[in-house]
Amino acid sequence: MRKLFKRVVSLGLLGTLAVASLAACGTKNNSSGAGGDDTASGDGTFLIGGLGPLTGAAASYGISVKQGAEIAIQEINDAGGVKAGDQTLKLVLQFEDDEADGDTAMAAYNTLMDKGIQALLGTVTSGAGLAISDQTSADGILQITPSGSAADLTKNPNAFRLCFTDPLQGQTMAKYAVETLGNKKVAIIYNNADDYSTGVADAFESEVKALGGEIVAKEAFVTDAVDFNTQLTSIKGTDAQIVFAPVYYQDAAYITTQASELGITLPFIGSDGWDGVIDKVVDTKVLEGAVFLSPFLATDSDSAVQAFVGKYKEKYNATPDQFAADGYDTVYVIKAAIEKAGKTSSADLIKAMTEIEVKGLTGTVTFNADGEPNKGAKFVEIKGGEYTAKTVE
Amino acid sequence: MESIIEQLINGLRSGSIYALIALGYTMVYGIAKMINFAHGDIIMVGAYSLYVFIARLKMPVVPAVIFTILVCAIIGVVIEKVAYKPLRKAPPLAVLITAIGVSYLLQNLAQLIFTANPITFKSIINLKAVKIAGITIPGITLVTLVVTFICMAALTLFINKTKAGSAMRAVSEDKAAAQLMGINVNRTISMTFAIGSALAAVAGIIFICQFQSVEPTLGALPGIKAFVAAVLGGIGSVPGAMLGGLLLGVIESVSKAYISTQLADAIVFGVLVIVLLVKPSGLLGKNSIEKV
Repeated sequence: MRKLFKRVVSLGLLGTLAVASLAACGTKNNSSGAGGDDTASGDGTFLIGGLGPLTGAAASYGISVKQGAEIAIQEINDAGGVKAGDQTLKLVLQFEDDEADGDTAMAAYNTLMDKGIQALLGTVTSGAGLAISDQTSADGILQITPSGSAADLTKNPNAFRLCFTDPLQGQTMAKYAVETLGNKKVAIIYNNADDYSTGVADAFESEVKALGGEIVAKEAFVTDAVDFNTQLTSIKGTDAQIVFAPVYYQDAAYITTQASELGITLPFIGSDGWDGVIDKVVDTKVLEGAVFLSPFLATDSDSAVQAFVGKYKEKYNATPDQFAADGYDTVYVIKAAIEKAGKTSSADLIKAMTEIEVKGLTGTVTFNADGEPNKGAKFVEIKGGEYTAKTVE
Repeated sequence: MESIIEQLINGLRSGSIYALIALGYTMVYGIAKMINFAHGDIIMVGAYSLYVFIARLKMPVVPAVIFTILVCAIIGVVIEKVAYKPLRKAPPLAVLITAIGVSYLLQNLAQLIFTANPITFKSIINLKAVKIAGITIPGITLVTLVVTFICMAALTLFINKTKAGSAMRAVSEDKAAAQLMGINVNRTISMTFAIGSALAAVAGIIFICQFQSVEPTLGALPGIKAFVAAVLGGIGSVPGAMLGGLLLGVIESVSKAYISTQLADAIVFGVLVIVLLVKPSGLLGKNSIEKV
């Protein structure tokens, strides 16, 4: 496990290094080609700015988004580039590290603006995004967050989101638990010190009640907790039929393992934070039958997904996760917006956003005027120690 | 009813770990009159050692456990010799800050060697859950309770019945007088650190088996809680540390289950404040008058 991690990290670093040197070459060519022209579009390129954590605790998210986006950019450029009206543009990605931190994100965003970016792919995390959203709005640049799920991220007219929001996940899982599975009595275990977990849990709770279900236990824990025995014992003492855990994968691993030790046999359902849980448990039996939402599944038999997974593995020697797919799709959304608008100014691109439909790895997506995506949910079931796609009526 | 008993058992189980760690705090305080804040990180060292011996070096369980305890005991003694002994005449604040420094050193060394990513580890204790009258007790909980009880009993016997134990008690009463009586104070202090760290190693082994995952900061929170337990029971008192640890675990579990998860820590520390207001020396601590 550790070996694998080390390999992934070193390859990731290697990849980053390689890309950094390539990007450096690109910039050099640009400046010599443009000859002092300060508009980047003058030389047949469209510069996308990327913002996400490449170092720090959330680094894996940022690195995945960046790598996914790079694959999309390579595909598009290899196929000839993007047609904007009568000119053809090559896409260039300039990705800056925001360490998932508001202040760093602001500085990194300013760096990107100085380099003349024409659209912003970011931020990867919600907190960093909220810190810069007013500034991007004042600058009027098209901003698409691939994976930030906080509701306020899209409050400005220039901002769009590719991933699901927290409340939407909660509502979808509530419908699944109550309507699809017919469970009326539901228990929740969630992290009440975390916006994501609380947001999903609250939306789930109100939707379950609206559908005529009953929340028989709502147990909370705080970030970094490792002992869930007390909460699970409380759940065990109720007549719950199913347990909903909108948590990240490490917590999910602790919860399911300890539940199994306590002799709890109730089925578990979760949110997209569960992606990666299989690597974190000792015995995958404790996860058997658990169902969670994920916009992307690397083992999906869909041909586009498999092509992407193949390219990603070849380039980075790693299996892409949902963040990589989000990054990939976001680049295609930007491409579609440029082609629809036929121009490259942000005002035109923003107007085009609500008119496009993109068939991406994370589903076919359209955007409404609020900047929110419209797309179907994908359910994932853990069967025999593997993630498998699950079709839900 | 079953639920309440199960919650109490949960409390005893986490309390056992606190008690094992608190013993180290209290013994070191009793003898060296210092708070060894690096003590909590010794359980992290124990957890990683067991992981290395079992998962990396593929050792059988019994030698792996013995080596883990040895590693922690040796590290405890080395820390005392290198970091604390030169400061024995220094003001208490200097020692306290050094202890915090050692704690960070251990955490960061672990992070350097093993990265900050949690590592999964398969428990070495594979005991089936026991069901008695509708109450399920997981195997690991049973083992935790039994191991803790054995450690406590052995330590009590050691302190009260052996010569080395008498030496420890004598040093904690009066270092200078003990030296005059022919007790090797330095060796007694080393022994105390070794025993305290060995108990922390046991706590680390139980911890890694309960949670099946290791990370560099795993000792921090149990360390702080165990410190609270030691103060609650009366710092310097060995039975006090045992009582304090178990009590803390139960209070925590019951407040989590029946009051609020978020308030659980506040309640635990609130209890500490009340006890200290009523009885400043802790539940079983001796009231001693300090001459200023």
